[in-house]
Amino acid sequence: MSAATTWALIGGCAVITAVLKGAGPLALGGRALPPWFSAIVALMAPALFAALVVTQVLADGRDLGVGADTAGVALAGIAAWRGGSVITVVCVAAITAAALRALA
Amino acid sequence: MSETFRAGVRAGLPFAIAGGLLATSFGVLARDVGMPAWAAVLMSAIVFAGSAQIAALTILGSGGGLGAALGAAALMNSRFLPMGIAFAPSLPGGPLSRVAQGQTVVDVSLVVARDGEGGYDRGLLFGSSAIQYVTWVSGTAAGAVAGSLLGDPEKLGLDAVYPAFFLALMIGELRGGRAKGVAAAGALIALALVPFTPPGVPVLAASLATLIGLVRRGSEGDAEPAAP
Repeated sequence: MSAATTWALIGGCAVITAVLKGAGPLALGGRALPPWFSAIVALMAPALFAALVVTQVLADGRDLGVGADTAGVALAGIAAWRGGSVITVVCVAAITAAALRALA
Repeated sequence: MSETFRAGVRAGLPFAIAGGLLATSFGVLARDVGMPAWAAVLMSAIVFAGSAQIAALTILGSGGGLGAALGAAALMNSRFLPMGIAFAPSLPGGPLSRVAQGQTVVDVSLVVARDGEGGYDRGLLFGSSAIQYVTWVSGTAAGAVAGSLLGDPEKLGLDAVYPAFFLALMIGELRGGRAKGVAAAGALIALALVPFTPPGVPVLAASLATLIGLVRRGSEGDAEPAAP
């Protein structure tokens, strides 16, 4: 990767991220929230996290499919459901996926 | 604030450790696509947005151009628009100060920075993101410098770390039928869009699932409490 590409990538990503993270607080910061707003906010986490999980596990670009990582994440889900800490959960996922690939 | 900051550091620590693993795999990826170690660490230090960094480098690594890489990063980070709006009421001060405070919001903040009254606590936000920042940058350094010792991240199952991380976060959120319904709807919206849109868009669109909460609450007087 050329030095120019590297710098443009880092600078571009930094500006894009700063704008996206700053826009909401700039436009709406510090104002009191109406009740309907907190109802939406309370549901932001399950909606976004569920979407992140399924796209990370099942999508490769625009293709859908399953692999060793899918099995790892499924077992990790059981660990999380039974109250495992986030560290336990990610270790279950990684070890399962690694073991399945070693056997394959 | 300093007391809640410390509480935020403690609450964020397990997520920060898991995030450090993810950062290590980002460091390895950066090395594999020919990025110098210092540049990978610098990128993590000033961008501090894992999914966007990984998306951009993956595209460059597979022969895509700079524009495509930046576009992927923008789409992947587009979820920070609705998240920023969610945090906005909790961030006081002048315009510049609000923008600066908004930079500290990461995915984990949605969970660990809640104040229990439907808003967010800045001490918890800053504390949990500070510890996350430390492990994100140091994990990147470890992966970029020692990556050759680790070998292929997929062989180590590190690609399963990121979705498992979000799965742990999500399952902690599934108290009550409304949250479950919204999670299911968010997942379905995202999956339905995967074949038709670039990566990142499905996740942004999934934030629309939160609107379901409004409708149910308005029409039937849902028995559940509005906020945890």
